[in-house]
Amino acid sequence: MTSGTPMLRVDGICVRYGDVAALRDVSLSIECGEVVALIGANGSGKTTLLQALHGVVVHTGTRTVAPSAKAQSMVFQRPFMLRLSVWHNLQLALWLAGIPAATRASRATEALQRAGLSELRYRQARALSSGQQQRLALVRAWATRPAVLFLDEPTASLDPSAKKEVEALLASFAADGMTLEMSTHNLGQAKRLATRVVYLDRGTIRADLPTDRFFGEHVDGDIELFLKGGLTTWEMH
Amino acid sequence: MSAFVESFRTAAALVLDGYPVLWRTVRLSLTVSLTVCLIAAGFGLAVGVWLAGARFPGRRALLLILNTLLALPSVVVGLVVYLLLSRSGPLGSMGILFTPSAMVIAQAILVLAVIAALSRQLIADSLRDGGDQLRSMGGRPLVCAALMLLHERWAVATILLPAFGRAVSEVGAVMIVGGNIDGVTRVITTTIALETSKGDLPLALVLGIVLLVVVGLINGAIGVAHRAQGKAMDFAR
Amino acid sequence: MGNALSETGRRVHAFVLACFATTLATGPAAAQDKFIVMASTTSTEQTGLFSHLLPAFKKASGIDVRVVALGTGQALDTGRRGDADVLLVHDKAAEEKFVSEGFGLPRRAVMYNDFVLVGPAADPAGAKSTDIVAALVKLASSNAAFVSRADKSGTHAAELRYWKAAGFGDPALKIAGKERTIRLDYRACGCGMGAAINIASSTDAYTLTDRGSWLSFKNRGDLKVLVQGDKRLFNQYGVIVVDAARFPHAKTELAKAFSDWVVSADGQAAIAAYKISGEQLFYPNAAKN
Repeated sequence: MTSGTPMLRVDGICVRYGDVAALRDVSLSIECGEVVALIGANGSGKTTLLQALHGVVVHTGTRTVAPSAKAQSMVFQRPFMLRLSVWHNLQLALWLAGIPAATRASRATEALQRAGLSELRYRQARALSSGQQQRLALVRAWATRPAVLFLDEPTASLDPSAKKEVEALLASFAADGMTLEMSTHNLGQAKRLATRVVYLDRGTIRADLPTDRFFGEHVDGDIELFLKGGLTTWEMH
Repeated sequence: MSAFVESFRTAAALVLDGYPVLWRTVRLSLTVSLTVCLIAAGFGLAVGVWLAGARFPGRRALLLILNTLLALPSVVVGLVVYLLLSRSGPLGSMGILFTPSAMVIAQAILVLAVIAALSRQLIADSLRDGGDQLRSMGGRPLVCAALMLLHERWAVATILLPAFGRAVSEVGAVMIVGGNIDGVTRVITTTIALETSKGDLPLALVLGIVLLVVVGLINGAIGVAHRAQGKAMDFAR
Repeated sequence: MGNALSETGRRVHAFVLACFATTLATGPAAAQDKFIVMASTTSTEQTGLFSHLLPAFKKASGIDVRVVALGTGQALDTGRRGDADVLLVHDKAAEEKFVSEGFGLPRRAVMYNDFVLVGPAADPAGAKSTDIVAALVKLASSNAAFVSRADKSGTHAAELRYWKAAGFGDPALKIAGKERTIRLDYRACGCGMGAAINIASSTDAYTLTDRGSWLSFKNRGDLKVLVQGDKRLFNQYGVIVVDAARFPHAKTELAKAFSDWVVSADGQAAIAAYKISGEQLFYPNAAKN
């Protein structure tokens, strides 16, 4: 798996929900080790594109997955935890992913350490703070050793300190060589974490550039507007 | 009014004297009803999981039938079971008619419909919340549905309680298939019916009160347990 | 002494009993004792005769008798379906029809008591008499209320015989038509004897009942016996064993044992011994008739 090899590729994807076209003729390829940020306004198709890449939504067009990219996980804005302890939630996720019983305990312990949640092992998962739950969700996904991790607005519901913790965890995943694909409202976050930025507008890709180029030169007036002006809903820090 | 008071006084005397028929009747009612709930819960929850999780042609029709069965008059079920178990009926050689087993079967049919319909609704609602995430973690649809049952175990308990209530207060079906035989198939409800028609109100009153107390106790126990559990759960939400 | 359970039946029983055992650790309902099912009438059961009579039989034979109490008509229908092993009812005509249809062995007389007409102590219809037919004629032209069991029971069959003797058809049917020959407020409840007496006592109505039920009924209100002693009020009980030729699973041997005992000296003595407040409810008469 050398960088430059596409792990995951979609071509000419169209997704419709009833009359509405969520994605129109979208093509994208993901390389190994990239951290790609999908940005765009609400309804631009970010979540749908993530789902299409992950292969969980009905679409026309083609989706190609390299053998090395078969193992994938997804983390959501509000993680769903069962009414069980932290430990059991982890065990369950490992079981669902088909991890053999012998390795489950060690993977779960590792995961807790990585997230800094080891003392909370037997606490009810839903009693954790939202930041802790999101970290748990991240290591829950990490414990299954995915090649690609999809994240749908992972920090949108978190307060600043929780956000920092989650970003630190994501950075450490990226440093380990995991390929990350995340949608975000937060341009600062995109700047901090991503190697590449993809800008979506009304179901089509308007720009797809390495991070420094995206924030450096402005190819398109719209993007300029997007980065500065009428975008009071966007966070910059 | 004085008849009422008089009845209460006799009732108290009956209980205090440890009137053996009273306690034998109560024990039979409880045994039959608990057995009914065990059997009906086992099959009913399985049906609920199946209907909530699986997708197959004719599912909607089946749901419609199930919801209709909820309103089934118990005497109809009693009659049908009687005809099945009668010696001149198809299952007559089993020799189960006029025994507690027949009562269990008739009531289990009634209660199973209730448990299946309510648990299906419960699981379907939960799946709307977290079904996507569980599936993205690798769960197949039926597994996800079963996990939701575990997740909502306290809500399941509050389904099983009315089910028990229905079983323990059933009269019509139980009278028909059980025959209200003294010492064998005479339960609280059929005794109340019999004693009232004989004009012997004190015993009927005592049994009515015992019934209320039993159901009230179970209700209270579930409520207490639920509150205790609730303190540790859903904190961050 | 066959056990009537088939293999599947045993398995179902075992499953249910296993559930019993896991819920409360009470012993399983006896599936192994010798027992027979007797279909009898609500009026007989509610007198309490069986709690007196059946333990005596059990002592003598070791056989449990499980009583399913229905109206006579229903009891006979239960016998026709083979769901009872023996019948104890009180409608001779219907019993003989049952036997002639091949469902049972010949009936034997067991005991008798009588019917009585009860009504409000004030007796607004002036029915008090020793002649049941005359009383009904008086009732028919009054606007008092009358409660009928209307459930094909032995009591109901007797009631219809008396109406017929008085020159009326089934009052329930007549009232439905245009022509009313009866002014009486006739209430058909389709219920057991106890319930009928209940309704009568709460609404100051008249009703026909057997003496046994009347003596054991506790909620009489204002009701009193108004007509008794008429020979026609004689109420005969008979016992019929359900025929095994018809229903291979019927426990005919055990049922015969009961039938033999109840007409024997011991059984008859037990019947005569049953009293409420010193008054005898049933008179054994197996030898005659």
